Amino acid sequence: MGSLFTPLSWNDSGLILAGIWNTIVISVVAIVIGTILGLIIGFIRSESNKTVNLILSSLLDILRSVPLIIQLILFSTFVGAWGYPLEPFVAGSIILSLYTMAFMSEVFRSAFESVHSSMLTASRSLGLSYWQTVFYIRLPIGIRTVFPSWLGVALSVIKDSALVSVIGYMELLRTSDQLISRTQQPLEILLGVGLFYFLISYPLSLYGKHVERKMAL
Amino acid sequence: MINIQNVHKSFGDLEVLKGINLEVKKGEVLSIIGGSGSGKSTLLYCINAIEKINAGKITVDDIDVHDKATNQDKLRQKLGMVFQQWNSFPHLTVLENVALAPRIVKKMSKDEAIEIGEKELTHVGLGDKFDVYPTKMSGGQQQRLAIARALAMRPDYMLFDEITSALDPELVGEVLDTLRVLREDGMTMICVTHEIAFAREVSDNIAFFHEGIIEEMGSPDQVISNPQKETTQKFLSKVLS
Amino acid sequence: MDYQFHWNTVFQKMPEMLEGAFVTLHVSILSMLIGIVIAVFLAIVKMNQIKPFSYISSVWIEISRNTPALFQIYMAYFGLGAFGIHLSPYVAVLSALIFVNAGYLAETFRGGFQSIPKTQYSASKSLGMTNFQSYWYIILPQMFRRIYHPMTNQFVWSILMSSLGILVGMSELSGETQRLQSLSFRTLEFFMVAAVMYYIITKFVLISASLISRRLFKGEI
Repeated sequence: MGSLFTPLSWNDSGLILAGIWNTIVISVVAIVIGTILGLIIGFIRSESNKTVNLILSSLLDILRSVPLIIQLILFSTFVGAWGYPLEPFVAGSIILSLYTMAFMSEVFRSAFESVHSSMLTASRSLGLSYWQTVFYIRLPIGIRTVFPSWLGVALSVIKDSALVSVIGYMELLRTSDQLISRTQQPLEILLGVGLFYFLISYPLSLYGKHVERKMAL
Repeated sequence: MINIQNVHKSFGDLEVLKGINLEVKKGEVLSIIGGSGSGKSTLLYCINAIEKINAGKITVDDIDVHDKATNQDKLRQKLGMVFQQWNSFPHLTVLENVALAPRIVKKMSKDEAIEIGEKELTHVGLGDKFDVYPTKMSGGQQQRLAIARALAMRPDYMLFDEITSALDPELVGEVLDTLRVLREDGMTMICVTHEIAFAREVSDNIAFFHEGIIEEMGSPDQVISNPQKETTQKFLSKVLS
Repeated sequence: MDYQFHWNTVFQKMPEMLEGAFVTLHVSILSMLIGIVIAVFLAIVKMNQIKPFSYISSVWIEISRNTPALFQIYMAYFGLGAFGIHLSPYVAVLSALIFVNAGYLAETFRGGFQSIPKTQYSASKSLGMTNFQSYWYIILPQMFRRIYHPMTNQFVWSILMSSLGILVGMSELSGETQRLQSLSFRTLEFFMVAAVMYYIITKFVLISASLISRRLFKGEI
């Protein structure tokens, strides 16, 4: 009798590689877009008055106070009901990017605010214009101090990207989920998946700590 | 009486105390001067058993400080200490800072502890700061708080570890004034200090430390005005110029 | 937009939604409490280099921080099956959350402890305090202030991540929402209400935490 389940074989490696690739692609997209948007919003927030800040921060708060998985389900159902269903990749990228943006904007805002006003007065007194101050003084200093926390958010986005599987995006964890139901070999497959995430995240987190320590000196 | 006999102390390969002999009698004020790294602060830490010693013996009122049988927590009640960094407890109010140890270490009632706290704080000129948190105060005020905190334990001896060196110059005076008050009270003190003029004014004896040994010791007139050793002369000419 | 919202279905199911929210709170609070106890142990053995526990501690901390929460839930739910251990969805999610909370909090505790200057300890000892008194009255209260905020964040994280229960059929808020919407296909309405409930829960936690901290921590660090 042919078994319902077939064990893991080399034929599955293509599937797994595709899953890995999809995880990497959506993480990179979300990190890049989230960083750019977060940078812009962080800058606006550090420059704005209280009212603007309050409005922005309460909007961003929604993204941080509702589970990512609910955001994904809501968004993809919503665009479907609207009559413009989106590919899982597109819907996932949009939500993951916005989610990333919410955390990145906080990172950048505190970085901008940490560049002390005395330094700004000093550079303005050298005759630099407002935008020259922004591009030659605030951005370079802000970005240097921001790296460890930026990396922290980026790493958590790579891990959270696993949740995009819930709307049907075939990233690594969903691929392995399917392989598990076919092969009934959950442990081997999951350990492989865990190792993949660990091998990406751990060295980078060590590097982040290293940079942080160097900056503390 | 504090008695120090042939004390040696090393950190790893570095020997910082190379055979120190000293005696401080009740009511005396001893100042220890010397360059940085001469071992003078380490000696204070050894006297109140925060640091162990490698050889020799230190006794406080005939109690062997580093003997295994000695209850060092109990012994430290005899020895008040004030540090270079004032080390106020930031999560407690000024009054709580002072009243805590009498209450939990000496098991006084809350009222008694508060009474002592208020008295000592007033004594050092912080009578109006009871409910303030120390982080709101200047370094000089925090250092006086540290003195009041140590005094509240009714110690027999006070050890001062360069208590003015981390202060802004304009705050040094108020702290030294507090020490002068203690001197008037007849407190037995060992002051590790850089304030040569102050040491000369209040001390019965001055010891000049150099590279882990006592290079020269005697009355202020002997050590400061007529130093015999070349190292002492060099040191003094450097700090007094 | 042609979609017609039907809110009545959702309101009729409110009791069940609230029950789900209760399970969410329940599992996250429990995961925090047990996580804290384990984290204290992990932090202590790591700081004092107590072998072999310090190795276990490091491995635990690094795995929990460097793999996705969903992976950990799958491990607990599917992976442990290979050892003949079959956990219910609730226990699987709870164990995964405990695992992560313990790992993150261990690092929080370690950092908090190391941020207290050693001189605070010398100062308390110089006043005649015993080791226990120095820790209890001086070191730990200061440490608690520094870890309070990260601990609150970790709690919020637990609430949000317990929503992954939806993927293993646990009946916390998300899983319950999923079940209820599948009975009526009012997906949007149900998940919108769930989103609002999550928002209210996390806001409630954050606001009460900051009110409590204002009462607890009067001095400045």
